Amino acid sequence: MTSGKVVDSLWEVFLQEKNNSGHVHVGSLRASGSEEALQAARDVYARRGSPISIWVVLSESIVASTPADAPSFFDPKDAKSFRYPNYYKVPRTLKDA
Amino acid sequence: MTEASRQFDFEGRIARDEKIEPNDWMPSRYRRQLVRMISQHAHSEVVGMLPEGNWITRAPSLRRKISLLAKVQDEAGHGLYLYGAAETLGAEREDLINRLLGGDARYSSIFNYPSVTWGDVGVIGWLVDQAAMVNQTMLTKCSYGPYARAMIQICKEENFHKRQGMEIMAVLSAGTSAQRAMAQDALDRWWWPTLMMFGPPDEESPHSSELIGWKVKMKSNDELRQWFVDLAVPQAEALDLQIPDPELVRDSKTGHWISGPINWDEFRSILEGEGPCNRERIESRRESHFGGAWVREAARAYEEKCRKKKALERESL
Ligand SMILES: [Fe+2]
Ligand SMILES: [Fe+2]
Repeated sequence: MTSGKVVDSLWEVFLQEKNNSGHVHVGSLRASGSEEALQAARDVYARRGSPISIWVVLSESIVASTPADAPSFFDPKDAKSFRYPNYYKVPRTLKDA
Repeated sequence: MTEASRQFDFEGRIARDEKIEPNDWMPSRYRRQLVRMISQHAHSEVVGMLPEGNWITRAPSLRRKISLLAKVQDEAGHGLYLYGAAETLGAEREDLINRLLGGDARYSSIFNYPSVTWGDVGVIGWLVDQAAMVNQTMLTKCSYGPYARAMIQICKEENFHKRQGMEIMAVLSAGTSAQRAMAQDALDRWWWPTLMMFGPPDEESPHSSELIGWKVKMKSNDELRQWFVDLAVPQAEALDLQIPDPELVRDSKTGHWISGPINWDEFRSILEGEGPCNRERIESRRESHFGGAWVREAARAYEEKCRKKKALERESL
């Protein structure tokens, strides 16, 4: 930090709702430490609904691909139609479970 | 909180259909039973790649080959989701894998049968994956959150597995007399082992009532088996194939298809390691694991090299 100013670290917030979903990314915030990050996340991101758990993760710990890389990074999905059930022809009498 | 009030609280949560999450208090037996169940499930996905992997290089067309390859890749992913779910309970992945390689861990009995013809690949997708779907659909309701969520992910993928198997069976069944015979022979050999996948009958199932009480399982082995038979019988009919059970009858009152007696001695001998392929399966897992050690070492060495390079760059700034 060239200015010598102290800057709080950036945290990503993941919220888990009661409906058996996993933790879902809801946003980020700045806080000086994990305890503060957790409380701030609760105060900002868990104001409604029925959340059961929050994760806060230091943003710098997250390794991410970038949208610009997406076409080469991910398999082109339409070229892999054989990964989908409807690619296969089965007689109509052969009812699906 | 005392142990008793924690236990009371836990049981209340189960009764209200709340999901138990990794950091929640849980009875140590609940944890142990889940680690046992989830790790066996993970091993089954991994060992389950072997009978079908055996046919990738011999698939009858390129179309069949890419499908089979994609399916086997999916199964590797299923193994990964499940080892991950077991690790949320404090189990160590390396431990679990070493137990499998040491021959001390169980996996589904079905994968100790050989896949000797292309018809077997069809029957595995049609019946074995369908039986797995029945079990896994039930487990999407499991009381342990990470396991239930892994099951939701897996169920989305299984439909393709079943359909590619059905397509193989439909083509063989409508083919030459030799192809029809191949389809029937595969069904003859895999039908009973598939019924055994659901485990021993309820009265001999040691873990069942406890697991159902905790809502880890939502149905008993016999209930799941019945669910599967009711699905498979009309499908066999549509494929114009004969289920190798002369006593199979439809109960006119309930509409259920009732099977003849299952040879549980065969099942027990497989659990004791005496199935046709038990030794071969563990042997090939060991070969891949130890044979692949250099790849893991190389990856770590590369990582170390990158780390040092970055540190040097930082110093020279
Ligand atoms: Fe699977
Ligand atoms: Fe599958």
